[in-house]
Amino acid sequence: MKRLVPMWIAIIAGFAMLFSAFFPATESLGEIFGDAFNVIAAIAFVLGAGSLAKVNLEKISRKDQGWGYAVITLICFVATLVVGLGKIGAHPNPNFAALPWSGEIQQEGAVFQWIYEFALVPITSTMFALLAFFVASAAFRAFRAKNVEAILLLVTAFIVLLGRTFAGVVLTGWLPDWASGLRLENLSVYIMQVFNTAGNRAIIIGIALGVAATSLRILLGVDRSWMGGGGDK
Amino acid sequence: MDGRGRRQVKRGFIGILERLDRRWIFLAMAIAVAGPIIYIGITGKTLPETATPAARAVFHAIEKLPAGSRVLLSFDFDPASGGELTPMATSLVRQCAARGHKLVFIALWPLGAQMADDAIRRVITADYPALVEGRDYVNLGYQAGNEAVMKVMLTDFVKAFPKTREGMATGAVPVLSGVTRVADFPMLITISAGYPGAKEWVQYVVSSSGGKITMVTGCTGVQTPQLYPYYPGQLAGLLGAIKGAAEYESLVNATLAKGDAPTPPKYLEAQRRMGPQLGAHILMVILIILGNIAFFAQKRERAAGGGAAGAEARP
Repeated sequence: MKRLVPMWIAIIAGFAMLFSAFFPATESLGEIFGDAFNVIAAIAFVLGAGSLAKVNLEKISRKDQGWGYAVITLICFVATLVVGLGKIGAHPNPNFAALPWSGEIQQEGAVFQWIYEFALVPITSTMFALLAFFVASAAFRAFRAKNVEAILLLVTAFIVLLGRTFAGVVLTGWLPDWASGLRLENLSVYIMQVFNTAGNRAIIIGIALGVAATSLRILLGVDRSWMGGGGDK
Repeated sequence: MDGRGRRQVKRGFIGILERLDRRWIFLAMAIAVAGPIIYIGITGKTLPETATPAARAVFHAIEKLPAGSRVLLSFDFDPASGGELTPMATSLVRQCAARGHKLVFIALWPLGAQMADDAIRRVITADYPALVEGRDYVNLGYQAGNEAVMKVMLTDFVKAFPKTREGMATGAVPVLSGVTRVADFPMLITISAGYPGAKEWVQYVVSSSGGKITMVTGCTGVQTPQLYPYYPGQLAGLLGAIKGAAEYESLVNATLAKGDAPTPPKYLEAQRRMGPQLGAHILMVILIILGNIAFFAQKRERAAGGGAAGAEARP
């Protein structure tokens, strides 16, 4: 039963979505399952919050390595939740001035907006910016011309790296018009539009065929691995 | 050569390269990026940009849309990729506002709604005060559900976004009067940092609209190669990373320039960021070359060592 019910839900929802794309008469059926998905997606946020709390509380109670970070995570999580749900610092909506909780949490002065602007934005931007340092270190240690394929990759990387900056114009801008195709900025576009597109299209078509085959296996109940390894009770 | 000999510290340039601590690389990257930032910050000078066909296509797609057309803008990114995508979001909103298009902002990423708010404040509220919220533009905020939201929008737009960010019923917003499905928007602009993003919009919305929707997108550098297969078919134009943003920004600035008045710095963000990008890319090329010099030196040394060992072994 534990596996049979989810399997039939998947089969019915999957076929409904499939038919709704091909037969206009079944369009509304697809909408119903689309709505249901949206509701489940919204509920998943609650599940996600619960899971976050559980994992971190377990880590703290076991005193695992780095449990202090789990404490910080939980404090930040609870603080943001309280500030957001309580709309602390948010002024009431002018249309409903009598209702203290009618204001938006994204407005200037709201503590939630302050957390977003002065904590979340700098932290996430910093994390992303760190990539440049690690990519540079990795390029120095691992990008080696070991064989023909690696040499091709290196040459392509040089063209794209230089062609997507002003360095490309400085280095090859002197080339006459009849040889303009050899300018680094044009070579870079050519690589992206021809070689990259050809390779990516092949990958996309391959993935699409794989997805279609896997979806059919799930819809026909042949593949049940998506339900996990629990027993059929 | 005995074990002590092998462990002998190598001297010279190759030895330095082989022992190079990665913290020196980090320092070099910091200087390569900070130098241009400081220089551009002080002088205000930016590097010239020549627009590629993909960036020009985005500009012309928005430009040739009749004034007052309804445009759907999906902000599918968050602050992590804001450095790369915010400048193009600014320019896209600016060109649309200048053309008098009616703008409907949505987000399929939780923080996308706030990124849209920022763009509205930065461009519309600051420079186009005549535009009225609700009549000329509206932010419908974030909706959970990824592709499922797109599927619902295909048949019932109001059901997918029943309320605006301010809590008003979507059906009562003047800018959305007459909109029943996503195909009622002649143009879709997505600013995309990953999943769900431009690829899903192409697969679920543009492909299903039967050519009714013209879609242009701005995306991160990582996504750009994956989106090229859709250009210029399903995608009318494509802005790839900060380079695409800088090219497009230069086009918008050239069109909206007011005489000799200087362009405000907020509309030069992408072009300003091409300076640090130049420094970082040149450093990367130098590091790759140095890494390979060390690699070939080691290889030659090994070959020479092997040859010597072989000669010693021979009777």
